[in-house]
Amino acid sequence: MMEEVDVEPAVTNIPAASDGKHLGFAWGPGDILVYETLYKASGTCRCCSFIHEVRKDEDIYSPNLRKLFNESHHIFVGLQTIREDLPSKNKKPQFVSISKNYRSVIRACMEELQQVAEVATQYGNQVSILLAIELIWNLCEVLFIDAAPAGSLLLHLLDWVRLHKADVDEKAAEVLQSESPAEHHDYWDVVVSYVLQGRLEEARQMLVKQATLHPAARKMYKLMDTLLSKMPFYNPGGTQTLTEFDVKWRHWHGEVNRCLQDNSFASNQHLEIILGDEDTLLEHKELLSTWYHFLVTRLLFSHPTVKPTELHYYAQSCMTMFLDARSVPEPLDNILLAAFEFDIHQVIKECSIALNNWWFVAHLTDLLDHCKLLQSHNLHFGSNLREFLLLEYASGLFTHHSLWQLAVDYFDNCPEFGRVYLGLQIEHIPLDTERKALKVLRICEQRQMSEQVRSICKIMAMRALRNNRLGSALSWSIRAKDAAFATLISERFLQDYCTRGTFSDLDLIDNLGPAMLLSDRLTFLGKYREFHKLYGEKRFSEAAKLLLSLMTAKIAPRSFWMTLLTDALPLLEQKEVGHRAHDNMDKKRVLSSLNTFLKFSTSSFNTLAASQSPPSRTLRRALVNSVRV
Amino acid sequence: IMENINAKYVSQKISKTRWRLVSHSSLQQPDIFATGSWDNEVNKISFWSIGNHGGSDTDDGFEGDPQLLCEYKHDGDVLDLQFLDQDRIVTTSSTGAVTIFRHHQNSQTISVSHRWPRAHRYPCDNAPCTGVVCSSPEIVTVGEDGKIIVFRADQEGVIRVIENADSSTIHAVTYLRTTEILTVNSIGQLKLWDFRQQSDAPSQILSLSGDRVPLHCVDRHPNQQHIVATGGQDGMLCVWDVRQGSTPFSLMEAHSAEMWEVHFHPTNPDHLFTCSEDGSLLHWETSTHSDMPSFLQGGRNNSMISRSAMAPAGGNQSLISAWLSGDSSKGRLETTHMLPSQTLSVNSLDVLGQCLVCGTDGEAIFVNRQVPV
Repeated sequence: MMEEVDVEPAVTNIPAASDGKHLGFAWGPGDILVYETLYKASGTCRCCSFIHEVRKDEDIYSPNLRKLFNESHHIFVGLQTIREDLPSKNKKPQFVSISKNYRSVIRACMEELQQVAEVATQYGNQVSILLAIELIWNLCEVLFIDAAPAGSLLLHLLDWVRLHKADVDEKAAEVLQSESPAEHHDYWDVVVSYVLQGRLEEARQMLVKQATLHPAARKMYKLMDTLLSKMPFYNPGGTQTLTEFDVKWRHWHGEVNRCLQDNSFASNQHLEIILGDEDTLLEHKELLSTWYHFLVTRLLFSHPTVKPTELHYYAQSCMTMFLDARSVPEPLDNILLAAFEFDIHQVIKECSIALNNWWFVAHLTDLLDHCKLLQSHNLHFGSNLREFLLLEYASGLFTHHSLWQLAVDYFDNCPEFGRVYLGLQIEHIPLDTERKALKVLRICEQRQMSEQVRSICKIMAMRALRNNRLGSALSWSIRAKDAAFATLISERFLQDYCTRGTFSDLDLIDNLGPAMLLSDRLTFLGKYREFHKLYGEKRFSEAAKLLLSLMTAKIAPRSFWMTLLTDALPLLEQKEVGHRAHDNMDKKRVLSSLNTFLKFSTSSFNTLAASQSPPSRTLRRALVNSVRV
Repeated sequence: IMENINAKYVSQKISKTRWRLVSHSSLQQPDIFATGSWDNEVNKISFWSIGNHGGSDTDDGFEGDPQLLCEYKHDGDVLDLQFLDQDRIVTTSSTGAVTIFRHHQNSQTISVSHRWPRAHRYPCDNAPCTGVVCSSPEIVTVGEDGKIIVFRADQEGVIRVIENADSSTIHAVTYLRTTEILTVNSIGQLKLWDFRQQSDAPSQILSLSGDRVPLHCVDRHPNQQHIVATGGQDGMLCVWDVRQGSTPFSLMEAHSAEMWEVHFHPTNPDHLFTCSEDGSLLHWETSTHSDMPSFLQGGRNNSMISRSAMAPAGGNQSLISAWLSGDSSKGRLETTHMLPSQTLSVNSLDVLGQCLVCGTDGEAIFVNRQVPV
C-alpha cells in the first residue's frame, strides 16, 4: 500500500542538542530516544548528559480526545458482537446506526473542543481536523454503508451538505432579528443559501417578507413562490417510481426555463440558480464555499436522479470548475473525490497519509469491513488491511500510560497477529501497585497467556520477597502455580527458623490450607509447624506420629535432618509418654523408624557419631537406652 | 432501570467514587460525590454535582450529566477515598501517603488539610496504601506493607501502628464496632482487630476452608453488626457471621473476575451492590416476607442460586438474616445487572438513598438516581 513516499518527511529540530553533534537514536514503541554522541564533525566536544524523547503522536495525550477514544472503543466492541449469520438486509440498518454513533461521538468531542478552543487557540487545529473527519465519515456512510440508490442518493447528499454548512442558520437568525429583515444586507445571501441547499420552504418564507415590501412586484414574487413550491422532491417511501419522478421533474424544469426565457424575473435575478446552470451557480461561489456544495447543488437543480456510478464524473468536473487554475487541491479534496469515485482503498490511503493518528482509518475500515465492502486482498505481511490498521492504532494506544486497557480489545479482534502483539506488549506495562498487576494478570489469564502470567507473578513475588512480604510472595506463587517459587519462600521461612529459633508470619504458615500442596518444601513447612504446635500442646503421641511421617515421607530437606533428629530427642526422653500401651507402641515405632532413618542417612549418622556435640551424645545415649526397652 | 443510567466520559480512569454524606434526618438525596483517578501521569481528585438541591426529582430522573465542581492534583494513584465529614475527604495513595483534602464549597476550591507522606512504606521502597476507613476524627489505614495505622485528623503523628499485622497485602478495612475493625488480605483471611487490646495480634481470624483466594473488599451490615460480606479474586460473594464459626455462611457466585467493592445499602440493607473487573455491577435484593420480589422494572434479571456453606446452627430463625440463609426456599435472592454490557472494569461504586454512582476503567462515570430500593 505504501511503497513509495508520497510526501517529503517532516523535519523535527531538537532544540536542546548542540550544533554539529552527531546524534544517536533508539526506537521505542511510540517514540524515539535521541542522545548526543561524543563525535563531532570538527573541534573539541563537550559531553552532554541529556536524552531527548521525541514523541510523534500528541493527540493521545489530549484530554478531550481521550473521550473520543473511550467512547469509540465502546462502540467498536459492540460492533464486533453483531452476529455474522444475520442476513445483510437486517444488518444494514444496524451498521448505519453504528456509523451514526461514531459520528455523534466525533461531534460531541468537537463541540467540547470548540468551547475550549475559544480560550486556548492550540486546539483550533484539532477542531478543524475533527470537522474534516466527520465530513468524510458522513460521506462514506452515505455512499458506502447506506449505499443509497439513485433518487435517495441526492437527498442524502443534501442532508450531508446541510449538516456541514450551519452558518446559514446563524446568518438567518441575525437577519430575522433585525428591524427590517428584507432590507438587511445579508438578506439575499440567506435566501440564496437556502435555495442552494434545497431548503425551499424556508426560502419561500423569507421571500414573503420581500414581497410585502415591494407590493408592486407582487406578481413576480408570487410566480417565484409557486415555482419553488412546485419543485418535486423524490419520496423514497412513496409509491412514485424514479422514472415517474424524473418525468415530473423535467416538466417542472421546463416550466422554470420558460419563465426565465420570457424574462419574468428580469428585475430580480437571484433565483436563476434554480435552473441549475453551472456558470450561474458559480457566481455564488462565496456562498457555496466548497466544490462539493457546488456539486450537490448542481445535481439538485440539473440531475436529481443521479446514479451512484455517475457521481465521479460530476464530482471531477465540479472540482475543476470550482477551484482556480492556480490552487492545488487540498488533501481533503482528494479524499472526498476518491469517495465520490467509490475508491474505498484510495480514501483510506489518503486519510492515512493526511492524518497523524490511526483512529479514523482504523475504525472506519473496521466498519466497512463488517459491511463486506473491502476486497480481501492480502497485504505483503500476511494480514489484511483492516487488521493492519487496527494493529497500528492499538499499538499506539499501548504506548499511553492509561489507554493500554482499551488496546486489549482491539488486539482481541485481530485474528492473525493480535495475540502476538498483545503478548509482546503486555509484559512492558509498569506494575507499580498490586492492583494494576492484578488487572494485567486477569487480562493474560483470560487469554491463556500462561508465559506472561508466570512472568508477572514472578516479578511481583520477587518484589514482595525483597520487601520481606512472605505472605504476598506466596500469594503470587499460588496464582501462578509456581512450585519453584513456593519452594523458595519455604526455604526463607525455614532459614528464618534456623537462625531465630521461632517462626515468623505464623498467620500465614498456620493457615496454608490446600496451598500447602503446591510444593514439597511448602508441605514440609506446614507440617513441621504443625508438629511444633502439637508438641506445644503436649500432644506427644500425635507429635511423634507427625515427626515420623515427616521423616519417612522424604520431603524434609537435607539441611533439616539434623534439626529433625534433634527434635526427636525430647520425644524419646519423655517418660510420661510410655504409660499407656499404645503409647509404648508409638515410642517403639518412633525408635524403629529413627533407626531406619539413620540407616538410610548413614552419612548424617556418621557425622553425628563422630561429633562430640551435646545433642549427638545425648542422642547416642538415648538410642543405647532404647535398645534395652 | 437501564434507561436511567448514562455514561459521562471524564478522560481519567476512576478508581474510587463516594457520595458526600447527607444527614440522616433530612430526606435529601445526595447531590455531591467525589472521585479519584488512577494510572494517569497526573492523577486527580474531583468533586461533582448532580444537582439534587433538595427538591423533588422530575419523573424522568435523568436531569443531565454530573457537573465538575473542582479538582485537584493527587500524587500517585488514588487507591481509596472516604469522606471524613461534609467538607473533607481522606485519600490513600500508591505512594503510601495518606492525605486529607478540604473542599471549600463557597469558592469551589480544594486545599490540602493534612498529609502523612510515607505512612506506609518498606525500608527502601514505597508501599501503596490500599484502604482507609474513618470515623471522624479517627482514621485507620492499611497497606501492601501489612501494617495497620491509626491516625487522628487533628494530630501530626500517628496514634498507633500495628507493624506486622499481616504477612500479605491487606486490601480493605472497615469498622465492625467503634473499637473493632475488620481487614481482608491477599491470602483469603478476614481478621478482627480490637483496639482496646494492647497486643498486636488479631482477636479472630476467619477464612474459607478451600483455596486461599485473595479477598479485596469487605462491608458490614448496617444494622446487624455480626453480618459481614466479602468479595475476592474469584468473584464470589461471601456472607459471614463473625460470631459463629470461622467459615462463611453462604457463598454465592457473583462475578467472573475480581470483585472490587461490596456495599450494603446503608438504609435498606436488604439490598446489596457489588462491582467487578468483569465490567458488571450487580444489585442484589433479598426478600423474605413474600415470594414475589418487590421490584421488577426490566433490565436483565438473573436469579442466582446460592449454596450455603453450612446450615445455621439452630437458634432463633427469625433473627437470622435472609443474607445468611441465602436459600431460595427461605427467601428469594434476586440480582440485576445495572450497567449496559461491555464496559471495562467497574472499580468502585457507592449507594446512598436512591442514588448510585460508579466509575470504570473505560474512563466513565455512571449515575443512577432511581435505584429501586
